Amino acid sequence: MTSITTGVQSQTSGSAVGWALRDAWAVAGRNLIAYRRIPQLLVFSTIQPVIFVIMFRYVFGGAINVPSGEYVDYLMPGIFVQTVTFGALAAAVGLASDLKSGLIERFQSLPMSRSAVLAGRTLADLVRNVFVVALMTIVGYAVGFRIHTNVVALAAGLALVLLFGYSFAWIFATVGLAVADPETAQAASFPVMAPLVFASSAFVPVSTMPGWLQVFAEHQPVSVTASAVRALVLGGPTTSYVLQSLAWSIGIVAVFAPLAVARYRKAV
Amino acid sequence: MSFVSAAVIVEGLKKRYGEVAALDGVDFEVGEGSVFGLLGPNGAGKTTAVRVLATVLVPDEGRAEVLGHDVVRDARSVRPLIGLAGQYAAVDGNLTGQENLRLIGKLAHLARGVIDGRATELLERFGLAQAADRTVRTYSGGMRRRLDLAAALVHNPRVLFLDEPTTGLDIQGRSELWDMIRELVGDGTTVLLTTQYLEEADKLADRIAVVDGGRVIANDAPSALKARLGGTVIELTYEEEPDAVRAWERLAGVFGDAVEREGLLVRQKSEEGARTLMEALRSLGEGDLEPARVAVRDPSLDDVFLNLTGRRAQESKQEMSTAGVGVG
Repeated sequence: MTSITTGVQSQTSGSAVGWALRDAWAVAGRNLIAYRRIPQLLVFSTIQPVIFVIMFRYVFGGAINVPSGEYVDYLMPGIFVQTVTFGALAAAVGLASDLKSGLIERFQSLPMSRSAVLAGRTLADLVRNVFVVALMTIVGYAVGFRIHTNVVALAAGLALVLLFGYSFAWIFATVGLAVADPETAQAASFPVMAPLVFASSAFVPVSTMPGWLQVFAEHQPVSVTASAVRALVLGGPTTSYVLQSLAWSIGIVAVFAPLAVARYRKAV
Repeated sequence: MSFVSAAVIVEGLKKRYGEVAALDGVDFEVGEGSVFGLLGPNGAGKTTAVRVLATVLVPDEGRAEVLGHDVVRDARSVRPLIGLAGQYAAVDGNLTGQENLRLIGKLAHLARGVIDGRATELLERFGLAQAADRTVRTYSGGMRRRLDLAAALVHNPRVLFLDEPTTGLDIQGRSELWDMIRELVGDGTTVLLTTQYLEEADKLADRIAVVDGGRVIANDAPSALKARLGGTVIELTYEEEPDAVRAWERLAGVFGDAVEREGLLVRQKSEEGARTLMEALRSLGEGDLEPARVAVRDPSLDDVFLNLTGRRAQESKQEMSTAGVGVG
């Protein structure tokens, strides 16, 4: 057998950080190819938020009173946050599938960085969110949503949403590795997401909720991020909400990224 | 051991999962350039052992070395030298064959310039060149397995771990894979493979360790292992138990300990299958004990287990039937 084996060896030189970035990039590319190969994946992950827009804009919206302005303007920032929160499920299901299929076992036996599978997965989800959030902005415009400030503020708001989605992907990455089964990952994620998305200011003002729930609803990350985006695109004081949202997102990554990597190391 | 140097050394390896000891003090060595078979039933600890050696799993006790590097303390030095093909075809169904191998090439830290060429070369070598640009979800089971093996070889590992490489393959797929493994050994690669089939271990391995309940219960050359079993197993089945008992008594009178009875089945092990069969049937004919069915086969993992442990390999399934065993 003649084979070109000369030079086909793992390189052992180079900086660890450099390799970690390259590995994460390779894994992200692999995860993004899935959206190209199975377009349904992207279609279904965008249809669901579109349905929420239509439902809240045209079905429930008329019955919901907001402090000032149009309900659609109140709604869309909530929709952005809700979309990336639900989208974080992909990290849980994707990693659980990789664990089940034996891919993670193979990755662990390779000289690649221990953080790359997770960094790549969350990076791919971030790229997908850029696409989905851009699409939701267009959908929002189609149903009457208008920004009252300027494009820079909108961009800042969407960046906040993307950062929030990125931090949530780390939570669900941890969940996916912990349960190690795609169906269970899906089922386990809902009880985490539902209270955060629905007991929040995403769709309705929290002032109508009972007092004990308001305490939770006012301070939890979905609400403060939705409020921050609202302040940015509709006008009003932004600093407090933006800082709270940033604190949540950075805090979640700081806690869950090491947790997820520790979980990954012991995943098999 | 007569090997010049050991590619793999395993000493006192232990790993528990709650109450279950997956590895309960395992020792063995694999000579460089040889094929070593870990033979045992499901749950014997084969996969756990492979995972420890492939740096995927950290053992509770004991130590293991691959080419002189400790798999726990020096895992970074081990990984570039090893390839792993696990029990599943661990390839990404959404990627094409070529993309799968390119991904592994990148993650194995090959130089950028060689990745494409290496992927193409392996696809050709494993008969997947035609399917290189098809997504893997369209592959057959055998093709996925071949791609999986190719993925384990991307970075040209010196030691290859194959965990039940042929499980789920048909006879043709199995023999194709066997040929490929033999070729690798010809190239100087050390191979450690696990299997549930004595035939597979016998065909490929230079040495076989039989594992059971997390322990190595035998470690020998395949020929020596088989010699203990007798080369051929003859099985005679009767319709009535009294006939089976009489047949067993008659044959035991001629052949001694090599004859066993299990319900309606009389089993006889022999090094000279054809001659023993003729003699046995002649003797039974004289006693008017014509069996209902006659089967002649090679020894299986079950026979190895029966010989080494006095019980069957598939414990849970066979528990009830062993209750009525009359071993002669």
